[in-house]
Amino acid sequence: MAATGWLTTTDGDLTSALVQALRALLEAGLVDALLVPQATPAGDNVVPTLVARPDRLERVAPLAPAFPVNGATVAARLTKTLPEGRVGVFLRPCEIRGLVELAKLKQVQMERLFVIGTDCLGAYPVTTYAALAAQGDPMAPLLQAAAEARMAPAPGTAFREACRICEQPVPGRYALEGTRTPYQPDLAFGLFGAPLPDRVLVEAREARVLEVLGAEPGGPPPEREAAIARLVQERTAARDAAFAALRARLDGLEGLLEVFSTCIRCHNCMVNCPICYCPECIFRTATFDHLSTQYLDWARRKGAIRMPTDTLLFHLTRLNHMATSCVGCGMCTEACPSGIAVGTVFRAVGQRVQALFAYLPGRSLEEEVPLATFREDELTALGEGYLG
Amino acid sequence: MAEPFEPKIVAFLCNWCTYTGADLAGTSRLQYPPNIRVIRLMCSGALDPIYVVKALLEGADGVLIGGCHPGDCHYQSGNYKARRRVAILKAILEEMGLDPDRVWLRWISASEGKLFADTVTEMVEALRAKGPNPAREAWGV
Repeated sequence: MAATGWLTTTDGDLTSALVQALRALLEAGLVDALLVPQATPAGDNVVPTLVARPDRLERVAPLAPAFPVNGATVAARLTKTLPEGRVGVFLRPCEIRGLVELAKLKQVQMERLFVIGTDCLGAYPVTTYAALAAQGDPMAPLLQAAAEARMAPAPGTAFREACRICEQPVPGRYALEGTRTPYQPDLAFGLFGAPLPDRVLVEAREARVLEVLGAEPGGPPPEREAAIARLVQERTAARDAAFAALRARLDGLEGLLEVFSTCIRCHNCMVNCPICYCPECIFRTATFDHLSTQYLDWARRKGAIRMPTDTLLFHLTRLNHMATSCVGCGMCTEACPSGIAVGTVFRAVGQRVQALFAYLPGRSLEEEVPLATFREDELTALGEGYLG
Repeated sequence: MAEPFEPKIVAFLCNWCTYTGADLAGTSRLQYPPNIRVIRLMCSGALDPIYVVKALLEGADGVLIGGCHPGDCHYQSGNYKARRRVAILKAILEEMGLDPDRVWLRWISASEGKLFADTVTEMVEALRAKGPNPAREAWGV
């Protein structure tokens, strides 16, 4: 980040300070509109909202621990055919990583975006958030813990599994270093290590943005690095434990069938995946509308077949098509009506296939997605027979 | 009495190299086991992993993917892209607890009829040693 500074809140109202900062961006003309999380009128959900008029920013809840949609998908829709101007998008770190992947897949015009990130407090499943919101503001109790980079879900509740195992909760910081320039958002709010709710750290790619926000100059607090390191360490341990538990189950075909046993073939995991952008996905075509006799032939050959067919084919194919770009946002798990930890499967497999190419999804705009490129001098043993 | 296990192999062969190599094996009267079913592709790079996964889940004991040697692709780089896809596919199969060694990628040129016959022979033997693909009779796939 090129420049850092501090925003001071009034009466400890952090949300108002952030909303005021967003309003300043809009009023200064840095952005033509803002995509920001905003509470629904019922108050039990917080959804991405495209705001064009500063007076309509009242219900913005930038830090609310709700995450019903991956904003990268929305940002793609907003910019894919936008001829001019800039839309500001306020996103979680995993959404920003999804955005970077979609940009490389040519679904987003990054130059039409002003990307605003924030340290991520984690989020609740949609239904948990709705239940908590009925009892009060679910965000307030998280803030104090956030200053120490601790995750503090309300008693008796838990964050989404993807959040619990996310080791990349700070925008612009990646779990692995690469050789290319890491992607940095245009503006980021730093909560971890900051004296919340009185002051919040702001980091911007261009110093003039800090002027627009009226930020006081100043560097990050000394506590920040240690707090982030501890959080990342905790999350990494949780991630490795989740992967190990999953891998213990995935032992042969039986184990795989068991993991996806309750799949109802709704394809919600695909619909909600920010990476699954294909307008003509093979699973939405008539390819799998087989002839009636075909089903009977299969049943005769195998003795019995599960209907509808091709459940494992769906998941294994999707893994082949997008696991190299999986950013671990967990939308698939949240969307699964049967409670299958799809996201953990995809992250575990993703980790393995991404390692083949030292690729980390969302890290850099300069790294090509693995399936779109190749190197002549890699994988050289593959394809060579044992015979001369 | 049960019949002895004969592996079934689905082979995806590129038009310009391995398919022509298979043709050469035939015109050269080279003997190799009749366990493969060949599907001709214009390029190994045209192979979506879904075809391989489908074959394996339907009970194929092995899938052979044949393409031009690196640097020899008729379309410049299709085989390099295939190589990445196969590496990813094999890693996914292994990670999901399935056997990645049922999938073979081999570079066999149009002049290597002997290598084609030898490769099929070798693969049939390797699969015979493994035994049938458990998906052959699995209900839920």
